Amino acid sequence: MEKLIEEFSFGLFFWQTLLFGLLLFLLWKFAWKPILSAVNEREDGIKDALAAAEDAKKEMQNVTADSEKLLKEARAEREALMKDARDMKNKIIEDAKEAANVEADKMIKQAQATIESEKKAAVADIKSQVANLSVDIAEKVIKEQLSNKDKQLKLVDEMLGDIKLN
Amino acid sequence: MVAALLLCASSFAKEVSTSDEPKKDLKTEIKEYVQHHLKDSHDFSLYSYTNEQHEHVYVGFPLPVILWDDGLKVFSSSKFHHGEELAEVDGTYYKLYHSKIYKTDAEGTINYDESHHPVNEKPIDFSITKSVVMIFITCLLMFFLFRGLAKSYAKNGGIPSGAGRFFEPIILYIRDDIARPNIGEEKYKKYMPYLLSIFFFIWFLNIFGLTPLGVNVTGNIAITFALALLTFLFTNFTGTKDYWKHIFDPLGDTLPWYGKLLLYPILIPIEVLGIFIKPFSLLIRLYANMQAGHIVLMSLIGLMFIFKSWLGSSLSFGLAFAISLIEVLVALLQAYIFTMLSALYFGFASESHAHAEEHEGEIQHL
Repeated sequence: MEKLIEEFSFGLFFWQTLLFGLLLFLLWKFAWKPILSAVNEREDGIKDALAAAEDAKKEMQNVTADSEKLLKEARAEREALMKDARDMKNKIIEDAKEAANVEADKMIKQAQATIESEKKAAVADIKSQVANLSVDIAEKVIKEQLSNKDKQLKLVDEMLGDIKLN
Repeated sequence: MVAALLLCASSFAKEVSTSDEPKKDLKTEIKEYVQHHLKDSHDFSLYSYTNEQHEHVYVGFPLPVILWDDGLKVFSSSKFHHGEELAEVDGTYYKLYHSKIYKTDAEGTINYDESHHPVNEKPIDFSITKSVVMIFITCLLMFFLFRGLAKSYAKNGGIPSGAGRFFEPIILYIRDDIARPNIGEEKYKKYMPYLLSIFFFIWFLNIFGLTPLGVNVTGNIAITFALALLTFLFTNFTGTKDYWKHIFDPLGDTLPWYGKLLLYPILIPIEVLGIFIKPFSLLIRLYANMQAGHIVLMSLIGLMFIFKSWLGSSLSFGLAFAISLIEVLVALLQAYIFTMLSALYFGFASESHAHAEEHEGEIQHL
């Protein structure tokens, strides 16, 4: 302890206190204050940026959710539309088929009727022609057969024989 | 002061002392050299050697001596010729004896008391000694370094550049791991300039002490005393009501008044003593650590010259090298401890009541 007190130099203590006091003041004013405020500012900036990023992330999530919802709706709508379209297509085809069938039936019936009437006309025509022809033939045959007396007599005989037969 | 330094630097010279004192043996010479190195000196000697004519040659430069002895007396320390000559100023004679200046008669006689202490009158010595020069250099270095760091933020958009990149994490460490946990979130800002200054000041001076210049500034009791005194003053002048209550009414409401009557005559003196012991431990710790480190290092280096054999010398070289590496660590560690404990004391001083509870345990084991 005595050695320590002996070693103590007042001059050095004086200069140390003076110089360190000065240093403390100057550093406080010109170094520590700006350094600490700059660091604080930077840290606040980082904090803000992180918070902003977090917000942006949440916003982004919201947007994604929204768009997903929209997409789902759109998909559902498309599905519904497609279904409607398909139904309509089927109905149209069905209707068309039915209409076609009806038309076809009608046409077939008309055709059949026409054919029937044509056939009847044709048959009637043929009948009349056949009658004419047979009358003609019969005329000619009769004319020829009745050209002489013998033949006329014979015919009368035959006819008479036929009648008998009848 | 700068002018005075320049003046001294211009007289930078080799000085040859022509003493004819008897040749000492190597061991005492080394011992004296170590002793001398640990002390402050009035001139900045870089190295000295003994030439062929057995003369001591000192290489360095003298520093201004400033004395207060019935008026201010300023002269160059070259007048002392490293303690071998008397300095005569205005008719009074001064002698440099074991790094202290004494007033003597024209012959330079020093009178001793029975325990071999000089009894001559001592003028008050305000000399710019080697330590003062180193303090001044450290102050300049710190100012320009941290001023540069502060400026680099503005220039570089909030990001440090250059050497600041190295120092900024240390500043942040002191803020986040020393000041904030010990002092508390609300009040730490007030103490930050002091903590930062004291940390870098001690650290830089410790490191300077390890350079070949070897100026043992932080191992000087006057320096550590001045630093601890500042911590003491800051602690007690910023002390809150709770801090003082803690000292003069340490048990508070936990004890009825008649119990206090018994205990307090013992407790209060202990608490009051604690106010002084805390900074005192700071000053002794730093002083003793740096002093011891220098003694060990210098002794090991001295051993090299004593052994003078390739094995012994290289061994002590290896040891000295290892110790100096440890000393680099100690330099940082002591600065850290001083700052840490100062912050802890500030924490006690600035505690508010809610805060006091958590510190209860810490006070007990300190």
